[in-house]
Amino acid sequence: MVSAVFHSPAERARPVSNLASERKAAVPAAVTLASVKAPGYDWRGLWLRVIPPVLGLALLIGIWALVSLTSKGSIPSPAQTWLQAVDVFSDPFYRNGPNDQGVGWNVLMSLQRVALGFGLAALLGIPAGFLIGRFDFLGRMFNPLISLLRPVSPLAWLPIGLLVFKGANPAAIWTIFICSVWPMVINTAVGVQRVPADYMNVARVLNLSEWKILTKILFPAVLPYMLSGVRLAVGTAWLVIVAAEMLTGGVGIGFWVWDEWNNLNVKNIIVAIFVIGIVGLILEYALIKLAGLFTFEEVKS
Amino acid sequence: MNKFIEIQGVEQTFRTSKGLFPALRDINLTIAKGEFVALIGHSGCGKSTLLNLIAGLTTPTAGVLLCANREIAGPGPDRAVVFQNHSLLPWLTCYENVYLAVERVFGAGGKRIGAAAEKRTQLKTRTEAALELVGLTHAAHKRPGEISGGMKQRVGIARALSMEPQVLLMDEPFGALDALTRAKLQDELLEIVARTKSTVVMVTHDVDEAVLLSDKIVMMTNGPAATIGEVLQVDLPRPRSRVQLAQDPQYINDRMVVIDFLYKRQSHVEKVA
Repeated sequence: MVSAVFHSPAERARPVSNLASERKAAVPAAVTLASVKAPGYDWRGLWLRVIPPVLGLALLIGIWALVSLTSKGSIPSPAQTWLQAVDVFSDPFYRNGPNDQGVGWNVLMSLQRVALGFGLAALLGIPAGFLIGRFDFLGRMFNPLISLLRPVSPLAWLPIGLLVFKGANPAAIWTIFICSVWPMVINTAVGVQRVPADYMNVARVLNLSEWKILTKILFPAVLPYMLSGVRLAVGTAWLVIVAAEMLTGGVGIGFWVWDEWNNLNVKNIIVAIFVIGIVGLILEYALIKLAGLFTFEEVKS
Repeated sequence: MNKFIEIQGVEQTFRTSKGLFPALRDINLTIAKGEFVALIGHSGCGKSTLLNLIAGLTTPTAGVLLCANREIAGPGPDRAVVFQNHSLLPWLTCYENVYLAVERVFGAGGKRIGAAAEKRTQLKTRTEAALELVGLTHAAHKRPGEISGGMKQRVGIARALSMEPQVLLMDEPFGALDALTRAKLQDELLEIVARTKSTVVMVTHDVDEAVLLSDKIVMMTNGPAATIGEVLQVDLPRPRSRVQLAQDPQYINDRMVVIDFLYKRQSHVEKVA
């Protein structure tokens, strides 16, 4: 659009009739500018966004096929595994007995345990994180304990869970709890400590009650940190449940992996690997979306 | 009242990892009700420290600060602060930011003696009036992330004024803004202060701002262990117009006094701490 046309003094000196004809000539030019064709298909965008991940996947499958060929059949090929996957997913929700269920039920069982263990960890960990971050004395009290217990592999906690709870299900939930609680406590505590001093000064000048400080200042400011703690916890929890289920048996995707190994059904193990990976991806993605809703420009910085 | 704020023999020393750091010494100052006082000095001269002491955000290591004949024991809505970084809560809209202050002072949890808690409609009216005072009614439902720096600072001022404080404390409120916005906000502040007749203490290091806005300029010596170097009464008649004052001989003279103090007698020497 021709919005600012700067006429030089020489142009202004030209006779009027010339200017009029000039304007007539300018108008068609403006019209053709406006009717410029829309750009063609965004090939470059496609190239950058879609092709590389697809190539990555193709590379994985290629290496897999190669390994399968050289292993002389002990590792199934991608084609065989695909057929098996179709078979497994054709009826994901069957029940033949307590230890023989469709893959859908197994995944749901595992997710249920993760949800329970994780929910308990959040219920305990987040308020604990708030207290540790807000009160220096409690921080000094609990930080050494956290540093001591955090590096312990969750699987080392499993026997204690079995001993105390005397059951595979509660023991697995306990293991999830003990591995998810640390990121949530630590991240929440750090978040509370990182609340800008200015906001706390505002709270002091306004003389806000402790409850108002918690709901109007601390909680919204700490939310992004809390959510990143949650993301870390969920990733670890999903990892741990598979291992815990392998050890305890019963039902679940981890148990299924171990069961299929005992039956030397390698194709199903590979299918399980993909299922575990895809579910983990979905969980992570959902949490990223959730975190995005609650981050504000100024809190991010 | 002539001695609305009294600062008597105040000293402030901070404990640091390298030992004791004397920020202020021997500060004696009185501020009358309705007076506009500017605190001016080089960086590191303790202006913000002094403001924080008046606000009650810190307590002095020696001396006493009185407001309306009562010792300043802690921060409170009576001594409202406008911070250098607006300090608006980014997850609340501008309206909600101001409402937070209004609700605290005039609502159910308020500590106003002899006044009943006001109802929500009254609080709503107060909030809207404060936003109108700074000309931001149209931005009431926007979040701080969606408005400009000048607008954010105005909301900060609205929040402070909505509490009807006895003293308005401003810590370089226009320091983070560009020159044009700064000039506009200075003019707005002059109007607002004339209307509300507030007592104002403002920290600045802009000489023109100090002379244009204030009744009294407190010039501080260089830190550490800074003290009040000189106090200048600015008797220019109100209402003040920036354009007219530019050629006023008294304005120019007052300006000269401050510049002389800051740049000749107290020229900032870079010291190794």
